[in-house]
Amino acid sequence: MSRSARSLVALFTLGWALLLAAADMNYDLRPVRIATDTWVLTGLSEDFSFKNGGNIVNTGFIVTPAGVLVIDSGPSRAYGEQLRRAIARITDKPVVMVLNTHHHPDHFLGNQAFAPDTLAALPDTIHGIHSEGGSFNENMYRLIGDWMAGTEVLAPAKPVTPGPMELGGHKLELIALKGHTGADLAIFDRSTGVLFAGDLVFHDRAPTTPHANIPAWQASLDRLDTLGFQVLVPGHGPVTLDAGPIRQTRAWLTWLDKALRQAAEDGLDMTEALAIDLPAEFRRLAVVEAEYRRSVGQLFPAYELKALSRSGRPAQ
Amino acid sequence: MIKPHALAAASLMLACSLALAAPKGETQNDPLGSHNWSYMRKDLFPANARVVFDERVKVSAPLTAENPMNVPVSVDAAALPGVTEVLVFADLNPIARIVRFAPTGAHPGLGFRIKLQQSSPVRAAARTADGTWHVGGTWVNTTGGGCTLPSAGSASPEWQKRLGEVSSRVWERKEGGERIRLRIIHPEDTGLAAGIPAFYIQPLDLADAQGKPLMHIEGFEPLSENPVFTVDIPAARASTGYQVSGRDNNGNAISATIEK
Ligand SMILES: [Zn+2]
Repeated sequence: MSRSARSLVALFTLGWALLLAAADMNYDLRPVRIATDTWVLTGLSEDFSFKNGGNIVNTGFIVTPAGVLVIDSGPSRAYGEQLRRAIARITDKPVVMVLNTHHHPDHFLGNQAFAPDTLAALPDTIHGIHSEGGSFNENMYRLIGDWMAGTEVLAPAKPVTPGPMELGGHKLELIALKGHTGADLAIFDRSTGVLFAGDLVFHDRAPTTPHANIPAWQASLDRLDTLGFQVLVPGHGPVTLDAGPIRQTRAWLTWLDKALRQAAEDGLDMTEALAIDLPAEFRRLAVVEAEYRRSVGQLFPAYELKALSRSGRPAQ
Repeated sequence: MIKPHALAAASLMLACSLALAAPKGETQNDPLGSHNWSYMRKDLFPANARVVFDERVKVSAPLTAENPMNVPVSVDAAALPGVTEVLVFADLNPIARIVRFAPTGAHPGLGFRIKLQQSSPVRAAARTADGTWHVGGTWVNTTGGGCTLPSAGSASPEWQKRLGEVSSRVWERKEGGERIRLRIIHPEDTGLAAGIPAFYIQPLDLADAQGKPLMHIEGFEPLSENPVFTVDIPAARASTGYQVSGRDNNGNAISATIEK
């Protein structure tokens, strides 16, 4: 293709995507009731794109007589506002608390739609939003364009205290974990048996690892597995009634950890590590090729450093 | 401060200013369709040199690189006979030259990582004994920013204490010969981030235990912070150990033995 033809195509694609977004910035959010008082909005198992507006994440809410608890606010101000309206179509109770499970952009950039004093998160999540939120926000503008109109970083002011929390008769357990990021909040509703696992659990979609600590993540999965939940809401991918997504996430992390360690120990260059064949059992996970590539970029240097530290002493 | 490139750059400029017509038979049809190719051709190669596109020069890099500070690239020109030197460059980088290497005993290939400012072709031009430059390459898409960001090292005095420290390891290769991987602690600042001057490794020489040269590497600004290199040694040149020596543009020495 000639240079001008290439630029034309690029321009056309960009224009088309902007047009689509501008014409219809509707996330078409439809809350699904998964248990008593409990609703989930399931995102697409895709990467961020101009087409999906960043609606790749699961958000949810619990309606109680004392008000509504919202779990994650979505990827943009528009998403947050549409989530708020979707809640208002179901209940006239006010939103009394919005929990951000962790500091990744698709979980907190809808915060502006809610009253600032309702926003809460683990202290390290609040810290992460303050320190990295700005660059996440900029990056989201690049990835989903006009869907981000008016979106700014609004970090929760209220730190969450892990432990039991009662809200309108719901006996909730706020569980402070880590591994997907430095602070991952899981919310377990003992009254309904619903576990909101945040991004500690992915289902039929390859996990993302920009802030991952795999051993810590594995330990967190073990903990979630012992809770005795009836319904599992992963951070990404469909809701289930069993621990399948926990096993799936654990299996992927176990493989990833082993494959990258082995690659580094075998002396592979990063380009060779990128070329490793993914086992058949993982190839059916959505966006697995792209997530593997990103994970190599994020995690391989640390394995490599370990493998290289064995010998090679500076000369005297 | 030593600037070994000043002379080479001056002679290259002189060659370019002569603006000789490209010799007959030179392919002008860039397989990567980059509008900057003609500038690369003019800036990086003498006007009278023969420059051809050649798929035998393989450049491996991810099609999409999410982290523009650390894009892995491997070059392999072993399908060409008699490679004397290889120049790696990215057409659309503010500093196009990335690394130049001369395999004086090592396999004619190199693995390393680069900073990219925007999506760009990443190319390797391998010069064969007859003087012809054979150019292979691949596009890398990235959201960019890699060249104008300061290194993590520049912000941390702690790292400066370990400047030039080398970690390395040698592997036996199944296909015969050995592989050396080494990592050098260095910020590799491009000079394009506000207030942070260019600070990067320039010559780097890899030799066997007897000091016989295996590979000469010339680094430029776009090599990634704490650069990691992968070099393969053919069985005939495998050694009981290796040594690496070099310096950065501020004259700081790099020197280490690589033990098995
Ligand atoms: Zn996440």
